[in-house]
Amino acid sequence: MTSPDTPTPSAAGASASGGAVRRPTGTTFTRWLGAAALVGMAWLVLFGLVLSPDDALQKKGVRILYIHVPSAWLAYLAFIVTGVSSAAYLYKRTRSLIWDRIAGASAEVGVLFMGIALVTGSLWGRISWGTYWTWDSRLTTTAFLFITYIGYLAVRGLGGSHHQRARRSAVLALLAVLEVPLVHFSVRWWRPLHQQESVAEGKLDDLMLFSLFVGIVSFTLLYVWLVLHRQRVLSMADAVDDKGLDGALAARRAEQEVSS
Amino acid sequence: MNQWPYILVSYALTLGGIAVYTWRMLRRARSMAATVSEEDRPWT
Repeated sequence: MTSPDTPTPSAAGASASGGAVRRPTGTTFTRWLGAAALVGMAWLVLFGLVLSPDDALQKKGVRILYIHVPSAWLAYLAFIVTGVSSAAYLYKRTRSLIWDRIAGASAEVGVLFMGIALVTGSLWGRISWGTYWTWDSRLTTTAFLFITYIGYLAVRGLGGSHHQRARRSAVLALLAVLEVPLVHFSVRWWRPLHQQESVAEGKLDDLMLFSLFVGIVSFTLLYVWLVLHRQRVLSMADAVDDKGLDGALAARRAEQEVSS
Repeated sequence: MNQWPYILVSYALTLGGIAVYTWRMLRRARSMAATVSEEDRPWT
């Protein structure tokens, strides 16, 4: 039973934190990071839609490149971070739930970026190929990767303790990350309709390359900002779960004491 | 073929998708913060 002087969890959170509740997952670092990401996104829109030149072959359609390629690369990075964090959780010496939360947060943000890559790629495909979708190797493996990580997030939502969740999702993440090189190299191995790497082959002029660079930097800043905040939300969700469990156990013990 | 509608829809969906995800996450963070104590938020 709670005494009148004992604050409830809700009151404790609100009263102890004061103004901090307005920015519950923010720190000075994340505020600067968020501001830098916002400036980067504004630059991306400016360079992507206004300042970058048209391509000789693709004309204005090349402007989709500046969001499509960074979102695909960031999705790869996010899934690799999920894999590495999952390995860190499974390794006994570094086992900590923080790795599990980083893995979960990174996978969720990766699914967001992969979804963006699929949608923007589809619109770009309509311009370049005359169709929104074709079952070529790059598009098919990318769609498969996207669905795999949606499944990963669904598995994270299954019941059990935090460590049960962490263990099963870490194993799944280590299997899922093997798809990333499959997607990336699919354009070399199967020669699909999807073009090969234009950047590595030096097909872009300087301003196009700079616009792409702005896209990659701003998406990377955004990714770090999102993962930091998301893993803190997951941390608070775990704390709420723990408190609920502690409360249920205390109530059960009290019931047993009364009955005995 | 006028390519601008496809380009603008691409940018709008990208920025809109990120904005919606961010807004939902921060809203969830605020509601969570009201139910946990400060010791459960060591970053603050």
